[in-house]
Amino acid sequence: MDNADRRPDVRDWVASGQPWIWLTAGTVSMSLIMVVGLLALITLRGMGHFWPAGVVELSLRDGSLMLGEYADHETVTAARVRGLGIEVPAEREFVDRFLLKVGNRDVTGADFRWVNDIDIVATRYPTAAFVAEREEWGNFYGFVDGIREGETQLDEGVDLWAEIDARLARKQDLAARIAAIEDDAMDSVNYALERLRLRERRLELDGVPAGDEAHARIAAERAELDQRYQDLSAELAALHHDIERDVLLVHTVDGEARELPFAKLVRVFRPNGMSWLAKLGHYFDKAGEFVADDPREANTEGGVFPAIFGTVLMVLLMSVFVTPFGVIAAIYLREYAQQGTMTRIIRIAVNNLAGVPSVVYGVFGLGFFVYFLGGSIDRLFFPEALPAPTFGTPGLLWSSVTLALLTVPVVIVATEEGLSRIPRSIREGSLALGATKAETLWRTVLPMATPAMMTGLILAVARAAGEVAPLMMVGVVKLAPSLPLDGNFPFLHLDRKFMHLGFHIYDVGFQSPNVEAARPLVYATALLLVIIIVALNLAAITIRNRLREKYNAAET
Amino acid sequence: MSRTAAGPGAEGAVSGMSLHTLRETTASAQASATCLEVAKLNLYYGDKRALNDINMTIPSKMVTAFIGPSGCGKSTLLRCFNRMNDLIDDVHIDGEVRLDGQNIYDRAVNVAQLRRRVGMVFQKPNPFPKSIYENVAYGLRIQGVKSRRVLDKAVERALRGAALWDEVKDRVHDNALGLSGGQQQRLVIARAIAIEPEVLLLDEPASALDPISTLKIEELIYELKRDYTIVIVTHNMQQAARVSDYTAFMYMGDLIEFGETRTLFTTPRRKQTEDYITGRYG
Repeated sequence: MDNADRRPDVRDWVASGQPWIWLTAGTVSMSLIMVVGLLALITLRGMGHFWPAGVVELSLRDGSLMLGEYADHETVTAARVRGLGIEVPAEREFVDRFLLKVGNRDVTGADFRWVNDIDIVATRYPTAAFVAEREEWGNFYGFVDGIREGETQLDEGVDLWAEIDARLARKQDLAARIAAIEDDAMDSVNYALERLRLRERRLELDGVPAGDEAHARIAAERAELDQRYQDLSAELAALHHDIERDVLLVHTVDGEARELPFAKLVRVFRPNGMSWLAKLGHYFDKAGEFVADDPREANTEGGVFPAIFGTVLMVLLMSVFVTPFGVIAAIYLREYAQQGTMTRIIRIAVNNLAGVPSVVYGVFGLGFFVYFLGGSIDRLFFPEALPAPTFGTPGLLWSSVTLALLTVPVVIVATEEGLSRIPRSIREGSLALGATKAETLWRTVLPMATPAMMTGLILAVARAAGEVAPLMMVGVVKLAPSLPLDGNFPFLHLDRKFMHLGFHIYDVGFQSPNVEAARPLVYATALLLVIIIVALNLAAITIRNRLREKYNAAET
Repeated sequence: MSRTAAGPGAEGAVSGMSLHTLRETTASAQASATCLEVAKLNLYYGDKRALNDINMTIPSKMVTAFIGPSGCGKSTLLRCFNRMNDLIDDVHIDGEVRLDGQNIYDRAVNVAQLRRRVGMVFQKPNPFPKSIYENVAYGLRIQGVKSRRVLDKAVERALRGAALWDEVKDRVHDNALGLSGGQQQRLVIARAIAIEPEVLLLDEPASALDPISTLKIEELIYELKRDYTIVIVTHNMQQAARVSDYTAFMYMGDLIEFGETRTLFTTPRRKQTEDYITGRYG
């Protein structure tokens, strides 16, 4: 066997390591493709939602008209369509079906309609067709006839669309003032009244007699608040009267006349006549609304601001709870506990805790934190509110604590890792200078371990921000009446329920009465959730890198 | 090596000899007081005995060098002087080490206080990842010194004492990890002398350094012995001969010979010592 004569074969190729390189590189490519695919899908679907689609008018074979925007499209076999009793020309093998968003739920009862291409006689994009986004009943598609102000209809001669824009602006202005009164001023009054009621109940529980001065003070304050409430109500009534002045007169594509009060309109536009630039403006307007506004129509329209706020606040609170807790536990395990079988068992237990399904933590949180801890707190500190629970009900505090419990193993493991990497020589150097063990820990070891603690926190945040299942049990709701942070003392309301992007996705996607309309919003929300998690992580990574730079040379 | 065969008798002779030598030098040396006294010191790593009945007397304001082959226990002995061995699990010590007459292994002794009196410099430079200034001020801050003026003075004095001041005076607030190896080692010495200990333990302080840095450290040791009692471990016999006044030769956990450096290197009394310094083993 002369090696020089032997022709290279498969064995040589295997021995060269080439297949191994291909396998490893292929695996990396696969992961990359999947991640990029995921991001691309939710980005395209999510970001496309805000672009104004053209409004199409279809003339059908039976002589009727349809107005709306294309939402979906599918190709089915002609046989299937024939099976439904619909006549299809013999030469057709396939039929294209279009899903049209026709809106006008108040008129027709359904937002969406399927139409077969064989039924379509003509397709037009009429520039006069308009879309009205409403606060109720979804979109309206149709044509504008005129405007009525109070009892009088505006003259034919006026520039109709300039008037619409002006009146819509007036409505937005009034709506903002109404919101300011309802959400801020009245909310504060109600909050103060509720606190008064609790104070009174407290006095009752403490056995203070009815004629006491304390009761009189409460009564005086209540009278003042009631008066203030009356004033606000009157102001509100006036604003409500004002906002209902204008009505938009329209007709549907079938010629049915309707009246759209301006008070219920959000946006009115004619997409077919819009320039590219106008569409871009519309796009950013809608995207801004999505990020900054409250949801409308059972969460299927409007924005997700409360959910963004709730997610971020919950994650921040969780970080505040989990970091000291995990770090201190890790310090004990690594620095003080005797390294033996017991510590090893504890370490294994801690590691395994990270693998417990999150929904189990939710159950635990509900049973222990909410019912037991919260219930006890209520009995001890808030007896005046009973039987209505204060902390004995799911809320922001218990959500953060439950997620802190869920993520504490990650922080412990990362911190321990960091502590074990601090060179022995550094510790000895400090001890040799007359520092005690505790002084060495505080002045030298812990500062050097901060990058590792940050790594733990990053992992914890990444896990907690995407967690939904346990939150459904310990504090997240579909629609929270108010943010957990507001201007009423004590400003941060840990007992309140909150909204969360992850739950919002689930709710809008699967629990919504109008799934078809909500689907694009699901993608947009998912995209937003990813962006927020990435932003939170990037912030933590930046801090960690800055710390690492400081202690870099010592770690090597 | 069987300890029982060579041990007690030999050690008795050694310690007797060292005391004798000491008495001889008393007249000539300016500082003669006994600083550290080791009596019947045994150290065990678990069941393994690493130091056998060590008896020796280390004179004050002198340089004492420990030489011997790797693993002979010279570093272990050095680390007994500031109780650094306490940090290692499974170490058991009996016997006494007396600092100014007090047994440092006494229950009443505060280890942190002891280490303020007995400073130590390690084989590899181990500055903290802080500024040069903070490194030197570390020991004082631990003692609760807060006054900026006091710290500034102490830092400058220590850095001058370690012959580093001229090189770093313009960047004392830079990170200490930016210094060269030799500078780092002198910084660590400055850190140790900033708290003004009585004894300075040097554990192979130049073994990780280049020849020029080594020379600087040796010059520094010569300067420092005016103020401090210095005990140095080295595996470099030339270094021991150059810097030390007294030398102890150790082998397999036994103290074989201890005496004035000149005498030990020119006319060793024990065969093992002679074999080692003439390079026959080790």
